[in-house]
Amino acid sequence: MYDVAIIGAGVVGAMCARTLAKYDVRVCLIEKENDVATGATRANSAIVHAGFDAKEGSLKAKFNVRGSEMMEQVCRELGVKYKNNGSLVIGFNAEDRQTLEELLARGNANGVKGLYIAEKEELEKLEPNLSDTVECALVAPTGAIVCPYELTIAAVGNAMDNGADLERNFEVSAIEKTENGYRIFAGEKAIEARFVINAAGLYSDKIAKMIGDDSFDVHPRKGEYILMDKACGSMLKNTIFRTPSKMGKGILVSPTVDGNLLAGPTSVDMEDKENTATSAEGFDKIIKEACENVKEMPFRRTITSFCGLRAVGSTGDFIIKAENGFVTLGGIESPGLTSAPAIGVYATELLAEQGLELKEKADYNPIREAMHHFREASMEEKNEIIKKDKSYGKIVCRCEGVTEGEILAAIRQNPKALDLDGVKRRTRAQMGRCQGGFCSPYIVELLAREHGMAYEQVTKSGRDSYINVGKTKEV
Amino acid sequence: MTELVIIGGGPAGMSAAVAAYDAGVRDILILERDDSLGGILQQCIHNGFGLHRFGEELTGPEYAWRYEQQVHERGIAYKTGTMVLEVSPDKVITATNPTDGIFQIQAKAIVLAMGCRERAKGALNIAGTRPAGIFSAGTAQKFVNMKGYMPGKNVVILGSGDIGLIMARRMTLEGASVKAVCELMPYSGGLARNIEQCLNDFNIPLKLSHTVVEIHGKTRVTGVTIAKVDENRKPIESTKEYIECDTLLLSVGLIPENELTEGAGICLDRVTSGALVDQDRQTQIDGVFACGNVLHVHDLVDFVSEEAEIAGQAAAQYIADGLDTDMDAVLHTDGKIRYTVPQRITKAKDTNVYFRVADVYKNAKITVLKDGEVLLTKKKMRLAPGEMESLKLTAAQLAGAKEIKFGLEVL
Repeated sequence: MYDVAIIGAGVVGAMCARTLAKYDVRVCLIEKENDVATGATRANSAIVHAGFDAKEGSLKAKFNVRGSEMMEQVCRELGVKYKNNGSLVIGFNAEDRQTLEELLARGNANGVKGLYIAEKEELEKLEPNLSDTVECALVAPTGAIVCPYELTIAAVGNAMDNGADLERNFEVSAIEKTENGYRIFAGEKAIEARFVINAAGLYSDKIAKMIGDDSFDVHPRKGEYILMDKACGSMLKNTIFRTPSKMGKGILVSPTVDGNLLAGPTSVDMEDKENTATSAEGFDKIIKEACENVKEMPFRRTITSFCGLRAVGSTGDFIIKAENGFVTLGGIESPGLTSAPAIGVYATELLAEQGLELKEKADYNPIREAMHHFREASMEEKNEIIKKDKSYGKIVCRCEGVTEGEILAAIRQNPKALDLDGVKRRTRAQMGRCQGGFCSPYIVELLAREHGMAYEQVTKSGRDSYINVGKTKEV
Repeated sequence: MTELVIIGGGPAGMSAAVAAYDAGVRDILILERDDSLGGILQQCIHNGFGLHRFGEELTGPEYAWRYEQQVHERGIAYKTGTMVLEVSPDKVITATNPTDGIFQIQAKAIVLAMGCRERAKGALNIAGTRPAGIFSAGTAQKFVNMKGYMPGKNVVILGSGDIGLIMARRMTLEGASVKAVCELMPYSGGLARNIEQCLNDFNIPLKLSHTVVEIHGKTRVTGVTIAKVDENRKPIESTKEYIECDTLLLSVGLIPENELTEGAGICLDRVTSGALVDQDRQTQIDGVFACGNVLHVHDLVDFVSEEAEIAGQAAAQYIADGLDTDMDAVLHTDGKIRYTVPQRITKAKDTNVYFRVADVYKNAKITVLKDGEVLLTKKKMRLAPGEMESLKLTAAQLAGAKEIKFGLEVL
């Protein structure tokens, strides 16, 4: 019997788990996939929003501003890269300028610090690669970037190091109210907990319906992205947004914390919650708008493209409530990543109101060693590490310079990488120019060895995403 | 200080090392990232290597072994499992391996022989999902030939580069069904002999002017949609066709791996994506040479070896007495010929100029101009982008030139 079961190991569930891990509370994080951070958390714009977008007084505005203020410290504790690079919302004409004035007023009302509107001359110095047609921009110095899956993996790892459990491949099929709490089923399997947090993202409506709450729906809104080579990230400092219009927020261009350049997202309402297919029309839109924002977009240095699904709630705002020991965190779309640390704290407060006793653990450790700590060490420090563990002297992923030691750590540390994508998200191996062409056969070998699997049992991302179908001569 | 450091122990690196040794250098070190010498040849278990060099058809590992033996016979030093992290403009090499850790070597001369990599799917922006079952042809080759595992049973191949063609045959021989090879261009980028022996002999359809427009499947590939493309390479909607398959192999081009070269501040040729070099394969940094697929992608390893010998011998001469120059001519091309290697001549000596054409040309004439005057012409029945050509220019022909221009005319 757990004290709290959290359904969904995206960034929201992870932040809840980590917050709860501070206390003497038995926590189980439940995830339907083979790894954490595989839903909306996997593929989004990776931005810590300043907080000028959301309507005054909304939950989105409240948690955005709080989350944005918490994010740097959370990242520091978890050893996650965070870069306060700033955001610009660019305007091309008088109409845009008017909208930017409105955003400025809204941001001020939301309590966002340091906002102002900059003119062309200043922008040319601030961001020389902006398109020549840009007239003005709302400058948001508190805007930042972070890697959403790195953050989530680290938060889950830290929660687990402090005693939380992670149950993967557990797709909740039914929830039953018991005398002391809830029984959560995945087919035959069941987990019992006194309290439940529903952080199931796109499926948070489905989970709510299992306890009879049909007050909201969540639908997927697709966002496609194009990612460019690491050689390109330095062409921009800030995240470049377009002025929002009736047509939506449009395509942004941003450096990533790992130094790549990212362009996207498209915005298309969908029905199928599993359809993460990219489209030719999407690519055309990204390329066209990004080229309007930024001069000489290096699309010829594209290394991959991908599609994420936003969990759009039917109320227009985050759906956050608690009743009968069941906390609902539904429809957490943008600015969900930014809000997640604040939502984690709030969900814990809600549980306390619901009767969960929160006694701080004596041995709680908020610190997690950075996954990238070897990469960023000096040559002397690296040689010290290699002396103790030779596997750090062997480069496996040549494009990103990832060593065998780092890959083994990702496979062994909480939460363990079980598949190729898991290794990729933890180490960046396979994420470079050749996209795993050279190193994936060897990483499959390491995964098979470490987890005691047959070579052909290793998957790309769980379920039946097999890399190989059998031995030669036997298929 | 090491006199000569060779980065890469594949066919180019080994051949350069042997040539440098035979020209008198004794202090040589080959750095190889894999666990043994041989480079990509180790996974190329098909035959057809060495026809020009040895007059016989060897497999990839056999060809590599011939050079490995020569390396052993000469006692040339090498470190395997060693990845070079950085080459500085003043020839300090930083590398890492499990036993030495991260270490630095000051070299007197360097031969860059890092080879090339395959273009990945990401560069193509194919619409659809990103399930398991999408591999570059070389990765599939490694799974099948080196690991003994089959990446799939029902295969579509996009791109008709040589590795894709070889893998069409390999997968078929291992019991898979290769449904089609789609090639965006109206001609194949592979060798004519590979089309014959790897596709036609197995009745595998080659669909020219076709591409994959969408990938289907959530966890594993379930199919692809292909379409014919028009003359602007845009897919024609009405020609879309769904092919059920569990695997998509990509053979859509090779890119020289020049991250170290760029890191050393060496300028690359925009067409070859390799360094700009002179007839000795010397880059713009004195004493730094490049050869093999890191310089420009070759179709036949025989010419890799040939080119690497030039670089190895020149490096030996550089180490012994320095290289002398007596001219500075630039080689230009007319667009129908895409590039030449070398791109510069700094010394009038007999030089084999390698080049590739931009399209398929039949009954064409190649003209070489020296400062505007016709130096020589050569008729060719057929030229194709997939087949590297060469022309020999003698020391006498080159002497005193300022500009050499390679042009092509269809007769």
